[in-house]
Amino acid sequence: MSTRAALLVGLALLAVLALVPADLTGLGVPWPGLKRYGTYILTLWLVTAIAAMGVNLIVGYAGQETLAQAAFVGIGAYLTAIAGKYGVPFGVSFAASGLLTFVIGIVLGFPALRVQKHYLAFVTLAFSVLCWLVFRNETALTGGVMGIRDIERPVVFGLKLRRAVDFYWFVLAITAAMTVVLWWIVRSPWGRAFAALRENPLRAESLGVDVRLYTLLAFALGSAYGGMAGSLYAPLVEFIDPSPFALGPSLLFMLMVVIGGSGTFLGPFVGAGIAVLLPEWLRAWETWYLLIYAVLVMVMMAVFPGGIVGLLSRFKLPSPVFGGGVGVLRRRRGHEQRD
Amino acid sequence: MTDLLQLLIAGLATGAIYALAAIGFTLLWQTSQTINFAQGEFVMVPAFFALIAMKTLGLPLIVSLAVAVLASLLLLGVAFRYVVVGPLLQRGVLPLVISTIALGIILKESVKDFYSAEAQVFPTLLPDRNVTLLPGVTVSLAQIGVLVVALLAIGLLQWFLAGTRTGRQMQATAQNPTVARILGVPVERMILYTFLINAGLAAVASILISPIYLAKFSNGETLGLVAFAAAIVGGFNQVRGAIVGGLLIGVLDNLAAAYVSTAYRQAVPLVLLVLVILFRPQGLLGRREERAV
Repeated sequence: MSTRAALLVGLALLAVLALVPADLTGLGVPWPGLKRYGTYILTLWLVTAIAAMGVNLIVGYAGQETLAQAAFVGIGAYLTAIAGKYGVPFGVSFAASGLLTFVIGIVLGFPALRVQKHYLAFVTLAFSVLCWLVFRNETALTGGVMGIRDIERPVVFGLKLRRAVDFYWFVLAITAAMTVVLWWIVRSPWGRAFAALRENPLRAESLGVDVRLYTLLAFALGSAYGGMAGSLYAPLVEFIDPSPFALGPSLLFMLMVVIGGSGTFLGPFVGAGIAVLLPEWLRAWETWYLLIYAVLVMVMMAVFPGGIVGLLSRFKLPSPVFGGGVGVLRRRRGHEQRD
Repeated sequence: MTDLLQLLIAGLATGAIYALAAIGFTLLWQTSQTINFAQGEFVMVPAFFALIAMKTLGLPLIVSLAVAVLASLLLLGVAFRYVVVGPLLQRGVLPLVISTIALGIILKESVKDFYSAEAQVFPTLLPDRNVTLLPGVTVSLAQIGVLVVALLAIGLLQWFLAGTRTGRQMQATAQNPTVARILGVPVERMILYTFLINAGLAAVASILISPIYLAKFSNGETLGLVAFAAAIVGGFNQVRGAIVGGLLIGVLDNLAAAYVSTAYRQAVPLVLLVLVILFRPQGLLGRREERAV
């Protein structure tokens, strides 16, 4: 699929997503739209997908492991919520969330990437727990376990996004923009360097790719996606407390990206969809949900580590939508093994 | 001063338990590149094997503890090796990391759903009496007992690794599996031994720590963090490193809880971990690794 075809598919998807919550019966289409809760779940899916895109950049493209994405989401969420209480406009706190988490990513990643693989996993693990302790204990700033309530929805061009569907369209527009940015990054020479260093860091280094710099930027950028997702999460839920930003949710971010298909462009959307919808479907077995999910992940890793998108792309012609910029490398490696 | 000494001994006792968890983690990493993100849960689960043997099957305490060790060797050792790690070793590191994360969740949720979400009182074999070591310094015999048992286990392991033929073959496997295989070392069996040792150490750690902190499904989170931190602080390519790291973190943990703040007690090993990665990435006792193209 050419760039133009991918663009058309993307635009079509965007149009469908924009229409899903709307009532179309007036236009002669038998679709009553989604209720308030359905729209909320759909928005939550988009916000989760933004953070998952960041994890995918780190895990799927740069070949590192991050166990702190929920903490970065938390930093963005708390920053936006606290700044909102002082009347800071949403646009400013959204940009600040991205910038702050990017800088933290650089500071954390720099020492960790000096050592060897997996050290980033341990540093982010430590960071994740430290953040959670701060969210829980610094009651004066974060409200502690009581959290922060009544977070205001943003005002865009003088329009207050009170209605669920208005806020959904706003988040959809931002998600689309951030997806395009990531699409551009992954397909640029920059993104190809990511692929090269994931496939073989030492060979990439000998070809003149500054492995550490690229990995560091991938980690910082992926973390910034987490921060910006958090900035949208706070006004979406209108209430935040430390629990969704603990270590457990950070681990779930890793799982969802790998389930969706790490290193593929649609993987994070599929994985986030499963992570958001599965607890809704399994509501009757609420306590069993994590157990079922984890068993599914383990079986999947043993049988098909490429994730759902990887599984689907087996039955399809190679396409940039499914394979992303690095699909070619992956497939070629597969052929080598078969020969 | 006497307070300090008491805290030090208590710290060494918990630190020795942390060391047990960290050693297993280090061994697995060295011999099979398995980073076990379920290590904390491996220390949490054996206590529940013992509780099931005791409460459900009505076995006496000592038999229950033996059952717990045996069940750990089978499930956390053999089954972990062949059911979880085996099929994934060829798939690379990321699927294995994800799979152990999922395994951790499975163990935790299983205990919560099938046994209990409440903290369980866990019996101890050690005498619950206080003795006065020096004037003013009182320590519980249980703490001394924990320290002795843990150090005994570590000593045995060190002797096994350095003093026996099998142990040296295991070290060879850890250092270079290819060369070890050429020299006739049964690499597969050595890897299985590593998994068994890890499961055994986890069971001992579990039996020692559960009377102190109660047995609870969520204990694995903290224990896992401490085990990772101890392994990296000490130097992950050395068993000695894990021991030093574990003891150090145990002591610092207790001192921080007493003198700094209980709210941030959990932060101590993590801050230490970050500092070590910043200033001495190979760990306190570790040596630098060379990379192969």
